[in-house]
Amino acid sequence: MMVPAPEVQLKVEDAIVRFGELHALGPISLNVAAGECVVLLGPSGCGKSTLLSVLAGLQDLASGQASRGADTKPPGFVFQEPNLMPWASACDNVALPLALAGYDRGEQTASARRALDAVDMLSFANAKPSALSGGMAMRVALARALVHKPSALLLDEPFGAIDELGRRALNDLVHRTKVNANLAILFVTHSVEEAVYMGDVILVLSPRPGKIIANIEIPNSARDEAFLLSPDFGKYVTRVRRALADATAGTS
Amino acid sequence: MKLIDFAPVVAGLALLALWEGLTRALEVPSVILPPPSAIFLALSHRADILLPAAGVTLGLALVALAISIGLGIGTALLFAKVPILERGLAPYALVLQATPIVAIAPLVIIWSGIENPRRAILILAVIVTVFPVLTAALAGLKAVDKGLDRLFVLHRATGLQRFIRLELPTALPFLIAGIKTAAGLSLVGVVVAEFVAGTGATGGLSWRLVEAGNRLETATMFAALFLLAAMGLILYAVLDRIEIAFRR
Repeated sequence: MMVPAPEVQLKVEDAIVRFGELHALGPISLNVAAGECVVLLGPSGCGKSTLLSVLAGLQDLASGQASRGADTKPPGFVFQEPNLMPWASACDNVALPLALAGYDRGEQTASARRALDAVDMLSFANAKPSALSGGMAMRVALARALVHKPSALLLDEPFGAIDELGRRALNDLVHRTKVNANLAILFVTHSVEEAVYMGDVILVLSPRPGKIIANIEIPNSARDEAFLLSPDFGKYVTRVRRALADATAGTS
Repeated sequence: MKLIDFAPVVAGLALLALWEGLTRALEVPSVILPPPSAIFLALSHRADILLPAAGVTLGLALVALAISIGLGIGTALLFAKVPILERGLAPYALVLQATPIVAIAPLVIIWSGIENPRRAILILAVIVTVFPVLTAALAGLKAVDKGLDRLFVLHRATGLQRFIRLELPTALPFLIAGIKTAAGLSLVGVVVAEFVAGTGATGGLSWRLVEAGNRLETATMFAALFLLAAMGLILYAVLDRIEIAFRR
């Protein structure tokens, strides 16, 4: 990670978040560079999702700084729920960021269809969200998060409610997008296996107020079946699980 | 999907047959309870009087409904944007809603001018009709999904974009449900107002109902009631179709 240094797209310095009297997060500092996936793991309520909101500009800091790279576009954000507009087709849902940014209708549709194609959902372009399964709705949400070609993607446990196979497929899709579009990804998950499979860096947070208590780098860049079955994968899973257990016990 | 459910049709016909049979068998005087055949005869004989009267009542009800939809949505928007207005005025709106329309009617008639019963009837019908629209629109505007709300903030939506693309579509199903309730109430409001106004000046159906009652033409009274019920059902069915079309 030292040289050559890719451009930092997401940056947090000594960030602290408070909700009234409650000290919810921090102080915490982290960088996510272009083409890098940083995974946040930690006990419930430690402020992982809050940190994503801070970077999305949806949550103010009590102190410290949060910034995004030179890109002025909003980051892509996939929430825990697909959050699709039930009255609009999959295509119109995906086109929303472009519609709000003032793109003309033709451009919106063309880009939305390309984004749907990238997540294998083009054949459902005209379907309403009620006609989609949970996994399909999440693919549409992912297409919406990427349609405006952001340089950073924030993922807040997006695939938690999806079955193992569907989750693998979506993880592979996110990984491919990261490589192809040189995306900076900050990924919140509760699954240690998903964290090891997806992360270039895994940050384990302490219970509230969340602070980084372990920084585990996963140098393997291949994300495939071979990596999943390798002794290395098991080794990392054990290491992360131990760090997480320490965090939960509050011994670190 | 079946286009028509035959069960209520069969049940209705059976009830009419029973009614017809019992009134004939028991020789019930027509002035107390006329058989359905006499009612339909009255409907066809008096059609030249009853149908225009029904048209007047339906027209007034539709105008009252249209005013209520505009007024209800406008007020809901104002309340949603300026919550302190809602907090300040909602209790008084509730007082107006809870006061029986029959009790308010004489005042409204005096205020709008005895010589102007149409205006009084419209005001009274709007008082009855506006609340379901207002409460439904307000509930709809407040029902915006939190996740979608965050998405619109993330993508820096303007107030107008938010209203057109998020608040309005969210409120629409609530609003249509409110308008369905209001449509039935608009007829009730007009009929009650016509009764209380106690004048035939507007020539509405309830005046024909009173007139037939005074003449002991019970079959004509039933014919007028039948027309009122039919108008209510048609209004409901039209709005139901609109609701289904929006859900698609």
